[in-house]
Amino acid sequence: MSRLTIAGLVTSALLAGVAFAAEEPNADAYREMTYGDRDANPALLVIDRGEELFKEKRGPKNVSLEQCDFGLGAGVLKGAYAQLPRYFKDTDRVQDAESRLLTCMTELQGFTVEELTKQTFANDKRNEDNTDLEALTVYIAAQSDGMKINAPAEHPKEQEAIKVGEGIFWRRQGPLDFACATCHADDKKRIRLQNLGNFSKAGVDVQKTMSAWPTYRVSHAAVRTMQHRMWDCMWQMRLPDAQYGSPMTVALIAYLNAQGKDGTYALPGMSR
Amino acid sequence: MKRRTFLGNTLALATTGAALSTGLLAPQWAAAAGEASAASEASPSPFNLKALDEVLKSLNATDAKTSDAIKIKAPEIAENGAVVPVSISTTLAGVSTISLVVSNNPNPLAATFTLLEGTSPDVTTRIKMAKTAEVIAIVQAADGVHIAKQNIKVTLGGCGG
Amino acid sequence: MPSIKLRAKALEGGLIEVKALMTHPMETGLRKDSAGELVPAHFISEVIVTANDKEVMKANWGGSISKNPYMAFTYKGAVGDKLKLTWKDTKGGTDSGELVVA
Repeated sequence: MSRLTIAGLVTSALLAGVAFAAEEPNADAYREMTYGDRDANPALLVIDRGEELFKEKRGPKNVSLEQCDFGLGAGVLKGAYAQLPRYFKDTDRVQDAESRLLTCMTELQGFTVEELTKQTFANDKRNEDNTDLEALTVYIAAQSDGMKINAPAEHPKEQEAIKVGEGIFWRRQGPLDFACATCHADDKKRIRLQNLGNFSKAGVDVQKTMSAWPTYRVSHAAVRTMQHRMWDCMWQMRLPDAQYGSPMTVALIAYLNAQGKDGTYALPGMSR
Repeated sequence: MKRRTFLGNTLALATTGAALSTGLLAPQWAAAAGEASAASEASPSPFNLKALDEVLKSLNATDAKTSDAIKIKAPEIAENGAVVPVSISTTLAGVSTISLVVSNNPNPLAATFTLLEGTSPDVTTRIKMAKTAEVIAIVQAADGVHIAKQNIKVTLGGCGG
Repeated sequence: MPSIKLRAKALEGGLIEVKALMTHPMETGLRKDSAGELVPAHFISEVIVTANDKEVMKANWGGSISKNPYMAFTYKGAVGDKLKLTWKDTKGGTDSGELVVA
């Protein structure tokens, strides 16, 4: 055996050792098996419920949501979620899917915001089923499956929302002096087995996240929407409850969707 | 928990800590350790049995042969015990039932699938796992009861509870 | 509200793959609520699938099956088969869903 070959063997043995040491337990196989089978996603059941709720005549005015305008015209759902948040002339503000849903449920159906937001999210500690708002949102979002994230940034208020969102993303606040950026502005940052994703730069990390929500979270046994994600992150930072559909949450979503532009929606998502 | 065991497996340690801190699984299973469940007294169903050996006995699997003709498809590490995908298939002949048992669950028997004429011995479902455990497949075939096992480590990662 | 999502696909060799999702809380009976009280057991205990009124699968479940259960299997069948899935739970609840294999 030549010296060269021996050197080669030693080198590959060393490399193998390094590779082995670097190999950490991971949940890749679990994720592939659990989230990869789209027919096994319980969010499909919630979407069916959302569709019934959407088409049913409801509220004091006894009308369906079929004439709701999510930005592409009254009654157009296909692709609408992919182009939100956007500026709406009738409300003179930038709205995401969920704040727009509140507008339609109050204006068209006659509900009040108070009754609609009494309980916005299912309480997973009580093993609850998704709320009507969650079911409606995942149904609306699923009509943009396969399309690209393409929220407009033309109107001055849309540009403003993105800027405000960016500011909130970086702003340290609250008792823990935390910002979104504390967890989500570094490459390959993780907590235990959970990858956090660097959302401070446009690209794959933020595309992957924004294109996969609403998602069925197995740890909650429920569908979770982007509004819930915002509320939950604020809670993680020990900030006061984020108000459902508030300008702050919409601005953050506008920023994140601008960062994640051109990511392809795979809805409904399924995740941890 | 014995201290030796506790220190012996860091992954299990992380697992248990995470499970308790999230509150997802802990309350669900916390009652299981010593308390009698009302359901198990009301009914003799094997699904209410708590002891693994009693479950195996109810399935005539106490002395069952381990068979490599049974394939369990499941992840080795599950990042959430609330949903763990498991498929069981076998090339054994004349299969009438396939049972799925989780060794460390408070009620170990999770499912029994009765196959009828023309149904393939290949079933898939999703189970809850209280903690790291062995998933045991028990197959009633023409020539008797066969078993296969796979260990699944259960972790809960991240802070986003 | 629909509680069952049934899907079927014809595979090679005259086999039909059946996938089913069901809306159900699948309470084990071992979980405690915030007041420390045990939440009573409430889970699907039996699922029967028939093809053209003939049983092809019977599943008996305990509380260890995940919330909003999923089940998949294959049987010897054909396009046009009329599938029916019926579940029963531990509180006497039941529901069924149908699908023609396309």
